[in-house]
Amino acid sequence: MSTILFLEQALNSLQFGLMLFLLAAGLTLVFGIMDMINLAHGSLYMIGAYLMAELVTQTGSFWVALPLALVATALVGAALEVSLLRTLYERDHLTQVLATFAIILIANEAVRMIWGPQSIMLNAPAGLTGPVQLPGGMQYASYRLAIIGVGVLVALVLYFLVTKTRVGMLVRAGASNREMAVAMGVNIRRLFTAVFALGAALCALAGAMLGPILAVQVGMGENILILAFVVIVIGGIGSIRGAFVGSLLVGLVDTMGRALLPIAFAKMFPPQVASNLGPALSSIMIYVLMAAVLFLRPQGLFPARG
Amino acid sequence: MKKIVILAIVACAFPLAMHALDQGFYISFATRVLIYAMAAASLNLVLGYGGMVSFGHAAFFGAGAYIVGILTFEGVTSAWLTWPAAVAVAALAALVIGALSLRTRGVYFIMITLAFAQMMYYIFVSMKAYGGDDGLSLPRRSSLGFGVDLRNDFAWYYVVLFLLMIILYLLHRLVHSRFGRVIEAIRENETRAAAIGYPVYRYQLACFVISGAIAGLAGALIANQTSYVSPAILHWVQSGTLMIMVILGGVGRFWGGPAGAAVLLTLEEVFSGSKLLGPYALHWQLPVGVILLAVVLFAPRGIAGAFAKRPQ
Repeated sequence: MSTILFLEQALNSLQFGLMLFLLAAGLTLVFGIMDMINLAHGSLYMIGAYLMAELVTQTGSFWVALPLALVATALVGAALEVSLLRTLYERDHLTQVLATFAIILIANEAVRMIWGPQSIMLNAPAGLTGPVQLPGGMQYASYRLAIIGVGVLVALVLYFLVTKTRVGMLVRAGASNREMAVAMGVNIRRLFTAVFALGAALCALAGAMLGPILAVQVGMGENILILAFVVIVIGGIGSIRGAFVGSLLVGLVDTMGRALLPIAFAKMFPPQVASNLGPALSSIMIYVLMAAVLFLRPQGLFPARG
Repeated sequence: MKKIVILAIVACAFPLAMHALDQGFYISFATRVLIYAMAAASLNLVLGYGGMVSFGHAAFFGAGAYIVGILTFEGVTSAWLTWPAAVAVAALAALVIGALSLRTRGVYFIMITLAFAQMMYYIFVSMKAYGGDDGLSLPRRSSLGFGVDLRNDFAWYYVVLFLLMIILYLLHRLVHSRFGRVIEAIRENETRAAAIGYPVYRYQLACFVISGAIAGLAGALIANQTSYVSPAILHWVQSGTLMIMVILGGVGRFWGGPAGAAVLLTLEEVFSGSKLLGPYALHWQLPVGVILLAVVLFAPRGIAGAFAKRPQ
């Protein structure tokens, strides 16, 4: 395998990992602070992508539509939290699963009613459609590079927000010990709503950025939701840093597995076996990774609770 | 006891009534309900009685279905061979997955069972010889012998009903036996159960394997019901649906699984048929979602819980 192909796959895994991080960051905070299993997190990702596609058609500009879509999805998230999810925090995990599963059904149908059953197009912004020349004679899609840039930027902003600001301190306090945070006078209800809205905005960002690469369609949230759960379990529930490391790890293992395993198997086994085994094992890799992490470190790589 | 007799009579009379009303389609629908009732009841054993939140139960359901599918595809059609094989393989899968997963607790148990189910899902996706992603069509239903033709919807319904009744009877015996009490004690307080001297891990594993075996039987039946198996039957959404049935019906209530399966499938059937909603039937998931939310908000103990006189 050539170095160029390897580098390209490395960039792809970075891009995938960073987008997973956008989803996992919100999910891990909701799970860690509010102790809430939110299956509807993937629905916010879908809603964000659809709102983005709609706003791009309305405004005609990708970069104008992006902040609007983020704000709109954050509002949807906040409305969802205030109206419904707030009543679920006190309930057990199973009830939360049932309720948020119901929200998935409702959100899917609402989207299907508004935008129709077909997947819709979301084009990459003008100027980022072609490939760029990277040092070393390698060509890479400029839009994918832009995704990596946005992902890194958001990760840095989140890191600053969580570690250096007062709000971030409250978030960390809530994640490590909720009762103590309440006892110290933190307005946890308002904090929850804010965290949820932020998580929704991050979902929308992931949906908007991935829209031009993947299809914007009903049900797009369900598949990526499970990956996001895998990420936060690997990273340690409630830990932003864990979500970051977990995302990059899952992105790397998944993308590299898909690219390298079939090649490796082709060398080791007869073609008949290799063509069956390769795809299966590369899809399984991330679950094997999760199982391995859970065995070695049952609380995840970066446990939030001390 | 009286209620159960009435229920059994209604279940036995249902196909005859539907046949008299010329609504033969509903016999097939009712068979599907019975099969999912068995699958949901098996999940309720681990989830409700054992307190083990398995988010990967579709793995056993799907394994059972695939064993029947593959054997039938290879020419083995006798139900006396394929169904026990499905049960055995599902039980074996449950033994391996359970043995590894039961070392974890809480959310981590949920995620690790999910992970194993997803692994099985991708294994079947990659089995190109047996249809891969597209699934496998069964040339025919299993043959039972004794002059019973399972292609006849009546005969098929009664065979499924008979098996469900046996399973429910065995489950009833099980959860009211000493074993069942220990399982519930472990759910309530694991440390105390261990301190009293019960081997917690072995009890939980046994419970998990029994549940997996029953799910495998339900899977063998669903493969016959639809004459088709595809990896979708192992997808996490399927595990989620089984879980929704149990939660909807009532976690840890004996009739929770069957009640939830019946209600969820009936809701789907009613809202996806064009009789009630006309062209809007396309959007049946919307009313189903709203009703599920209403159950969460207004009937927190599930359907079986709402009807029960005594709190659990």
